[in-house]
Parts: sequence; C-alpha cells; structure tokens
Amino acid sequence: MNRGILALIVINKAGGLIYNRTFGDGLNQLNTNDYLVLAGTFHGVHAITARLSPVKAVQAQQNQQHQHTSSSTGGGVVPSRPEPPSGLEVLESENFRLQCFNTMTGTKFLLFTDTLQTNANADVAMRKVYDLYSDYVMKNPFYQLEMPIRCETFDRKLNSYIRELNSSR
Amino acid sequence: MSNIQPSKGGTKDQPGLRYPTNGKTIYHRPLNRAKTAELSGASFAYLFSEMVGYASKKIESIQDLEKRLNVQGHPIGLKLLDLLLYREPARTQTRPLNIITLLHFIKINVWQHLFGQAADGLEKSSDPSKPDEYMIIDNEPLVNRYISVPKDMSQLNCAAYVAGIIEGVCDGSAFPARVTAHSVGRQEEGEMWPGRTVFLVKFAPEVMEREGYLGKG
Repeated sequence: MNRGILALIVINKAGGLIYNRTFGDGLNQLNTNDYLVLAGTFHGVHAITARLSPVKAVQAQQNQQHQHTSSSTGGGVVPSRPEPPSGLEVLESENFRLQCFNTMTGTKFLLFTDTLQTNANADVAMRKVYDLYSDYVMKNPFYQLEMPIRCETFDRKLNSYIRELNSSR
Repeated sequence: MSNIQPSKGGTKDQPGLRYPTNGKTIYHRPLNRAKTAELSGASFAYLFSEMVGYASKKIESIQDLEKRLNVQGHPIGLKLLDLLLYREPARTQTRPLNIITLLHFIKINVWQHLFGQAADGLEKSSDPSKPDEYMIIDNEPLVNRYISVPKDMSQLNCAAYVAGIIEGVCDGSAFPARVTAHSVGRQEEGEMWPGRTVFLVKFAPEVMEREGYLGKG
C-alpha cells in the first residue's frame, strides 16, 4: 500500500517537463514521452483555468467600484492591482490528490499524494520541496535555467526528505 | 594634471570610488570590530555560483577551471593571514614558523574565521616517498554545499577556491606550497559525507630543506 507522497513533477514556464520522480513502490511508470505530454497538457489546462476563475475578477470589479466612489468623494486612494487568478490548485480523484504550486516566475510544482493527505500536509511538503529547489538547483552554478534538472544533491536531499515524511505517516 | 581636484567635498559628480556622506569608508573601521559578524549564506552561495560561472567561460580543461578558482582565492589567503595574526593576542602575533604550527593555524584559525568551525582533519601523507605532502580534510565544504557537479566534469571540485586561499596563507607565511582540492566522498546511497574533500598541501623543496635544518637544530 502506497502512502504519503507519490510523485513530483516540475514544469518550466514554457510548459516543458524539467523534473519528474516517483516515490512509491508498485506505481505504474509512464514512459518519458508520456511525461512530456502530461506536462504540456497540464500547462495548457492550467492556463485555461487561470482565465476561468471568476472569484478574483468579481473582487477586482468591486475594488474598481469602491475606487470610483472614493475618488468622487475626493479621497486619493492608490489604485490596487487585483491579484492575478491562480488557476488550478488542487485536483482530487478517487485514487490520488494533485496539488499544484505556481511560483512567481511561472515554474509549476505538481505534487501527487494519496487521498488521505490534507491540504495543510501537502502545503508543508510543497514548501519544503520549493525550499530544496531554490537551494540545490537555483544556487548550483552548473544548472541552466529552464533546462531539465540534473542535480545530485537535489535528488539526494529530496529523496531523504520524502522518505522520512512517508515513513512517519 | 592641474585639472584633477582633491576629492574633498565635490564627490557627487565624480565617477569611480564613492564615499559615504560622513566620509567614513570601510578602511576607517577598526579591524577587530567585524570579528564575530556573520554573513548571509544564501548571498554567498549566489555570489560563488556566479564566480564559478565566470571562471568556466572559455576554458579548455577542468584543470583550467580549477586553476582560475585557485587564483581567485589566493589573494584572500595572503590578506587573511595578516588580518588573523593581527587579531591574535599580542604575544602570539608571530607568524607560524614551522609546518605543523602553520597547518594548525589553517585548520583552526583560518577555518574558524571562514566557515565558523575547525576543519575535520589534518593528516600527513602516509606514503614515505612523499614527506612534503599534508592533507587538510573537510567533510562538507561550505562552498560546495549547493553545488552538484555534472557527470562529464566529475574530476572538478569547486573547493579549488578554498585551496587557493590555503595556498595564499602558506605563501604569505613564506612556506611556498601547491594546494589542490580532491573529492574523496563516495556517491553511494546513505553515504554520510558525499562531499568529503581533501586539500592536498604539497610544500616546495626549499621548505622541506629548511624544515630539516630546523629539526636538527
């Protein structure tokens, strides 16, 4: 029985797959091509969902209306730019749960966990993965931006962190 | 030459070295003040990453790259020797006079100043044909913490920069030496120190000769 975190995929800002790794035993493996297709497809879906999300747009409208009323009363309020819609964040299915984290620069981290994991759990793990990425990938002089991640130390740290996390659950 | 003004006051429009408004530069500060100050590890990691990137431009071999890192470290070692001796208590302010005190000085004082801890080991080469070789061992060099060397450059160890610093300290105290950095950590799963690095210090023949005379006297 697989527990905890099952897989990690990292997608660069152009929709290319730059890292993928599975952490459970007995998971069906995709071939490399399928992973690339999966990454590209997800990138597209994410872009569409970012356009769909209605909640933030309503907020923005309300903000504008608010500013109109305040400017008519003479208050010099600085117009605040609404937060951009974040798009797909969590996808739940019968067998797994997919958490997506989009960094400020457009790199996407996809964390596949089992269905028992809560939002908070996955957030903590995601944060740590992002920490490891910014330490052991971005500070590595031999890593070229937007290219596939081949960093031994990143692999090693990620493996030991996920193993520890999965065995503690 | 008459158009060059003394740089008092009107420094605003002049290019080049900038002075703070109160006229106090880094050179006005007492040398002992920053003794226990610490720097951000992340900023150093980014800076060092760029230094390695800079050194790997237009190189022909890995040795070239290591040589360049070594050269970047060398002047730091020379200056660090002076600074650290100045900070010693007045009666121990002499520079190291034999190989063992020099290596201890590097292992303890230099390491403590640079990395916040002493080096993990100091050994003499066990090969009797190489009495001029000593090894300083660091289990996890700070400069290599975030660096993964690609497979096609497997001989490279970026701690060549630290080797340059050691070389500078040795040269500055009149013990000319060649210092190189070698990775000895095994890459297997569960290995305790995968980044273990040995700094091989090879002293020049004249140093060994002098050391021989001193030993007899």
